[in-house]
Amino acid sequence: MTTPDWPLFEVFIRSRSGLEHKHVGSLHAVDARMALEHARDVYTRRLEGVSIWVARSSDIAASDPLDADAFFEPARDKVYRHPTFYAIPEEVKNL
Amino acid sequence: MYTQGLDSLGKDCLHTPAEDAAALTARFDAKVERDEKIEPKEWMPDAYRRTLVRQISQHAHSEIVGMLPEGNWITRAPTLRRKAVLIAKVQDEGGHGMYLYSAAETLGVSREELVAQLLAGTAKYSSIFNYPTLTWADIGAIGWLVDGAAIMNQIPICRCSYGPYARAMVRICREESFHQRQGFEIMMTLARGTSAQRAMAQDALNRWWWPSVMMFGPSDAQSQHTAQSMRWKIKRFTNDELRQHFIDVTVPQADFLKLTVPDPDLRWDEATQHYRCGEIDWSEFDRVVKGHGPCNRERLEARRSAHEEGRWVREAASAYAAKRRTLAAA
Repeated sequence: MTTPDWPLFEVFIRSRSGLEHKHVGSLHAVDARMALEHARDVYTRRLEGVSIWVARSSDIAASDPLDADAFFEPARDKVYRHPTFYAIPEEVKNL
Repeated sequence: MYTQGLDSLGKDCLHTPAEDAAALTARFDAKVERDEKIEPKEWMPDAYRRTLVRQISQHAHSEIVGMLPEGNWITRAPTLRRKAVLIAKVQDEGGHGMYLYSAAETLGVSREELVAQLLAGTAKYSSIFNYPTLTWADIGAIGWLVDGAAIMNQIPICRCSYGPYARAMVRICREESFHQRQGFEIMMTLARGTSAQRAMAQDALNRWWWPSVMMFGPSDAQSQHTAQSMRWKIKRFTNDELRQHFIDVTVPQADFLKLTVPDPDLRWDEATQHYRCGEIDWSEFDRVVKGHGPCNRERLEARRSAHEEGRWVREAASAYAAKRRTLAAA
């Protein structure tokens, strides 16, 4: 089915115009052009998309799940970034 | 699915010092307990990884081999509509194999290894595909019963603890439901047809019923993997629970078709509100699993020759891509 020198590509699909591309899976292809055609055949047999992105898996840098706690820690104590942090009297409207 | 770099990560995990491994295991167990998904690059027990590789790759192989019995009827489908539907269904099975292979690859095995295991005959796939498709009615029976049983097995896996497998399963289940309905429609058409067509439908049910019932795997008492897989939330129901559910929903469908389920001991049990079925012939199941079913050898030969005959296409594609890269660089 594949030969060892065919790299892995991650596939991202925009399901309809106005929405973002979303990761749907991966596949092997000889190059990006073939990856796009295979992605169409494998992931959009029922009109699931209007646009496809493919990216070499080896080109994706990902955060390390083992460090997730420390990595996302800076946002943890900043509840004042949410609107519900501020108490505003009931009678004040449109705020 | 982010597999690159996983190989090294997987190996690191295997060499974690004992005290760290205990902490990591506790963290993993707690996460599974909270119904959170485990994702590819996270630490996971080696046995969990191995179980998933085994299960997902067997599942992928089943989809790929599953194309063969039905592919047999594409050129002989009775109408253009049936032919178009059958081609779409067989394409879906191929697609499902691809989703599953890529889910398995996130665990650190390569596609080449998995394909090589299938072609070498060392990997298992669902034994149901080692039965022949003798008449057109078999295509109806496969969609109705085999895909019906597969869906029943697969719906709980949509909630499996391993993210990539669960997501592949959601996609597959969405597509499978057309497979089952088109099969039932074929059976319905035959069952309402001439007496010869009814007999053909009955014959297909006779041959596919027991193999379909056995698709859920050995009984709970015999199943080696069930308890651990349930703890890990890879599996949500036992083989016998799923089998019972399949029988309960399928028998009334056979009644609707006015076809007879080939089990003289089958009866409705008022007390439990379930059908009670006769003894399953597990010796037949073992025979087929061990490679002595009617079509085991033929299926593997078909896969091997497809792989060999497709070699020049893969080589040509590689050569063409290399040439384009050279031209682009020049």
